[in-house]
Parts: sequence; C-alpha cells; structure tokens
Amino acid sequence: MSARTATRLALEADIWTIAAGTAVAQIAFATLVWLYGDSPRAMTMLMVEGTWGSAYGIGQVMFKATPLLFTGLAVHVGLRAGLFNVGAEGQLAVASLAVGAIGAWLPASTPALVAVPLLVVVAGCVGASWAAPAALLRAVGAHEVISTILLNRVAAALVGLLLGLGLAQKGAVRTPDVVPHARLARLDRLIPSFEGSAVSTAVLIGVATVAITLWILPRSRAGREQELVAKNDEACFVEGIPVAWRRAQALLVSGALAGLASLGTVLGYKGYYEQGLGAGAGFAGLAVAILGRGRLLGIVFAALLFGTLAQGGLAINAHVPAEVMEVIQGVVIVAVALGDARIRSWLTSKLVVLGAR
Amino acid sequence: MSIITSIASVTMLAQTARTAVPYVLASQGGVWSERSGVVNVALEGMMLAGGLASVAVAHDHGPALGIVAALAVGAALGALHAIITEWGRIDAIVSGVAINIVALGGTRVVMRALYQSSSNSPSMTGFEAYGGGIVGRVVFDPLFAAALGAVVATAVALRVTRFGLRVRACGEGPRAARAAGIAVVRTRVIAVAIGGALAALGGAALAYDEHQFQSGMSGGRGFIALAAVVLSGWRAGRAAALCVVFAALDALQVVLQGHARALQDMVQMLPFIAALLALALLSRNRGHAGAPPAGLGTNATE
Repeated sequence: MSARTATRLALEADIWTIAAGTAVAQIAFATLVWLYGDSPRAMTMLMVEGTWGSAYGIGQVMFKATPLLFTGLAVHVGLRAGLFNVGAEGQLAVASLAVGAIGAWLPASTPALVAVPLLVVVAGCVGASWAAPAALLRAVGAHEVISTILLNRVAAALVGLLLGLGLAQKGAVRTPDVVPHARLARLDRLIPSFEGSAVSTAVLIGVATVAITLWILPRSRAGREQELVAKNDEACFVEGIPVAWRRAQALLVSGALAGLASLGTVLGYKGYYEQGLGAGAGFAGLAVAILGRGRLLGIVFAALLFGTLAQGGLAINAHVPAEVMEVIQGVVIVAVALGDARIRSWLTSKLVVLGAR
Repeated sequence: MSIITSIASVTMLAQTARTAVPYVLASQGGVWSERSGVVNVALEGMMLAGGLASVAVAHDHGPALGIVAALAVGAALGALHAIITEWGRIDAIVSGVAINIVALGGTRVVMRALYQSSSNSPSMTGFEAYGGGIVGRVVFDPLFAAALGAVVATAVALRVTRFGLRVRACGEGPRAARAAGIAVVRTRVIAVAIGGALAALGGAALAYDEHQFQSGMSGGRGFIALAAVVLSGWRAGRAAALCVVFAALDALQVVLQGHARALQDMVQMLPFIAALLALALLSRNRGHAGAPPAGLGTNATE
C-alpha cells in the first residue's frame, strides 16, 4: 500500500462527493421549479447563463463564494474537534461591524500595508471574541450548539443597537466608508473581462487561508490534539492533553475564521458595513463544510457550488423566487451527509484492504 | 408613564401570559423529541412552517382547520427529522439546521406563490375572543388553553402511559429498549412527530396572535424553548416554567413600546442573554436528576 494509492483514493472520494452534491442540487432545483409551475429546462438555461455563461457571471459566482470559503473553513475547524459552530452567522456580523467601524475611523492616509493587516487582525479577534462565550460555556458543560445559536440572536440585536447608538453614518443605517487603502482591489483591475462584477482579491485570500489552515492543522500539536479530543476525549485526558482548552481553542479559531469572511463583504465589496451584509453566509458555511469534508478541493468546490446557487437565484428571481436556493441548500446538506457516511465507510474499507490502516 | 409602573402592571402579566404561549408549546415539542433521544434544533423551523400552514389554511377554511394544518405540517417535519437521523444515521444537529434553512427559505417561496410577496401574508383573523378586557382575551384564547393542556399532557403521558415509558426507554438506552422488543425507530419517529406538531402549534399561536404570517417571525423562540428544555433537565413542567420567565423578558418589549429606541434594542437581547447566563450558571455540577437522557443523540443500531 503506497501513500500514492491512498492519495488517489481520497481524491476519488472528493470527486464522487462533488459530483453527487452537484447532481442533488440539479435534481432539487428541477423539482422545485417544476412544483412552482415553471419550466425546469428554461430556468436551468437562465441560471447557467446568469452564472457560468459569461465572465461577469463567473466573477459574481466567485464573489458570492468568497465569504463561504471562510465560513466553510470555520465550521470545519469546529467539526474536526467534534464541535458544531452554528454561530458563524453572529461572529461574522459582529466582526463585519468592527471592521467597518474601525476601517472608517483610521486616518484617511493610512497605507494599505498597515490598514489591511490591521483590519484582518480586527476581524479575527472580534470573530473569536464572539465565539468566546460559547467556548467558556462548553468548558462548564453547556452544549455549543445552543449557546452559539443564542449568540447569533444577541449579535443581530447588538449590531442594530450599536449602529443606532452612533457607529452608523448620520441618517443612514450603515457605517461610514472605510479608508480608501483598506479596500481590497476588484479582480477586474487585473483581469478586465470581470468588468462590473464584485469579485475581489479577497477570493484569493480566501483560497490561501483554506489551503494554509488545512496544511497547518494536521502538522501542529494544537491542531492534532483538537482532532484527537473529538475522537476520544477520555483517552486524551489520561494522556495529559488539555481537553477543555483544545475545545475552546477550536471554537475560538473557528470564530476568528468566520470573522475573516468580512474581508469579502466589507473590504472587498461594499467598503462599509450595513446591517444584514453577509447574512446567510454563516449557515451556508455548514453546507460548505459538510460538502467540503475538510479537503482544499472540496471546500473550494462547495463554496463555488453554493456561490452559483446564490447568484443563479438572482438570475431566475423574476420567474421563480431566489429562496428556492435556500431550500436546495438544505436538501444538499442532508443528501451529502447521508452519502458522506457511506463514502467514508467505503474509503475506510478500501484502505483496510490495502493495509494502510 | 415610568418604566417601573409599565413593568409592574396587570398589562405586563397579561402580556407575559400571551407571549409565553408559543414558547411553552415549542418547549413541550422539545421535551417529546429529546426524551425519545433525538436532539431537536429544528423547533424554530417547525414553528415557521406551522405558522404559515395555519395562516394559509385559515384564510379560506377558518382558524380551526388552520390549526389542523399546522399540526399536520409540524408532525410531518418532525417525522422527517427523526427518519433522517434514525434511518439515515445523520447527526441530528445537521438535520435540524438543514430543516431550519429549508423552512426559512421554503416559507418565503410558498408565500410568494400564494400572496406574491415573500415577506408577509395578508392579515387574517384568528379565534374570536371569548372574554372581555386584556386579561380575558388572553386567558380565554383556545391556544392559551392548548398550551396549558400540552404541558399537563406531556408531563402525564411521559410519566405514566405505556407509550411515554417506551419513549423514555428509547431516550435513556436505545439498545436496551430494542433488546426489550421496543421498535426504537418507530417510537422515536412518533415522539418527534408529536413534538413537531406541538412546535408548529406554537408557530400557529404566534401567527394568530399577530393576525398574519411574517418571514422569520419565530425570531429565535424555538431556540429559547430548546434552551429551556435543556435547563429544565428535560422535564415538561419546569421547561414550561422557564419559558414563562423568558417570555416575561420578551413581553418587556411590548410593554416598553414608546420608550427610547436604544432601550428597546437592549430589551430585545434580554431573553437570549438570560438563556446564556442561565446555561453558564446551571450547567455546572448537574446532579443525577438534571442529566440529559443517557441515549440522547445515539442510535439504536450503533
């Protein structure tokens, strides 16, 4: 059994999952459009034209996929430690507000080399801080799912409150514009055919973040121990691994990564924060994490798939409500989770036969 | 009117009772589901689906049939949740989050199909008020009675009936229950369907109270109800009592209408912050009595 065979099998599993996810999304889309009383074929054409049919459409898909790269990775970091971070939504909202407010407060002449890294740190720290109560509660025995969900609601109210209390521009419900050099360049400045689409260099930062994080996790002590804690916390405790701290750490990193999604929305797109910007990306992160299975190819593809659905929803909205895409998202989550268990057991049995495990 | 006098008033009591109805119904749904061993974060989505179903049917066929529709939709979603987790062996949290996403998007799609608007339904009339005054209107509402009845029925059914005993057996030890001849999957499907119906009834109560359905109108009540279930140690009566406390914090919003906007925004967070604080304080040193069902989240065939 060579390492190469194992890599090939893992890649095969990736491709199967990706193909299955796309197929399920297709079938669900056709069924829903048909139920709604429209022609599945015409709507599929319209959706493909609006997304992968032009350079502008592709740019928009990449733009919609950008925050999902971060939130999908965030949810994955939690999952591999055995934790469900359902709070990416709130972590992103609070981080986005902070990035918008601090980005606007910086002196107008702040150079990009200072402003962007500073705001990245702000996004990460604030996102992590919004996961901190859940991390603390988990340590005293309260399930992270309930606490992160409750924190989402608190975040939504808090963002509204702070915008109302003075973080917003006078007479508006948004923060003032961030300083010019804090904004991330649109990709159409590098590739002119993306003209008009909102895709920015944030998508490149997103892919790099996913790649680097997935590379570091199995190679660092903390990352490895987080995964071990999920597998068998009692054995970890006996071995002297700080179980509670590793869990808390995973949730904090997860929150930080969710907060970084504001790079795509605040710094790469609007240049300010308004209430509701990036909403839904946190929940979509769960779909991306499940479809992505902690693999670089998987997460990038899953983000693109759900980005396609989001952009395609806009393309068909005149005929069929864009919200059918949310329904599809739910269906894909369940279908892929159903299939994933089977793929995993198939992969494991192959590896056992080959003597890799 | 000062803040103190608005809070300490008969209006506040009546508002609390009225606000508590959806919370209490959803919490009883959570108790049924989780005592059978199926984690249910989908209460929120079930409330939404039930709310829209009730309004859509009540529009043409009257409020009573609207309630029947809500119960049916809730039971179907509950059964679906249990089938996905039990038969498909998917983690119940994944299934629950998926159901919430589908319910939020799906209610908007259905509203646009029915009313050409994905944000709210036209206004409708719920049950006629049988009593006079604000207290009478609350206390004589059939859905208020339904909430009270649900708490008593849940507590009694789980404690003394044969089916209740089976549900608890499935929750405490699914494998032992199976060995004793209980059809674990079927029992769980029925229990979660009952729970879904109750949560959907809570959604209907909310919609009837507002005289329309609005997108996302459950507003986190299903999650608060779930927190109440956990805090109560998975017991019907205590979960309902906790729901009344959270509802009182929620009712402050109505009572304090007209005060400063910032105060209202802050009050909006109160039920959620209270639930988080309660989780922080009460999760530590849980005695045997407050422990979750031993088989919560585990499969009979694992």
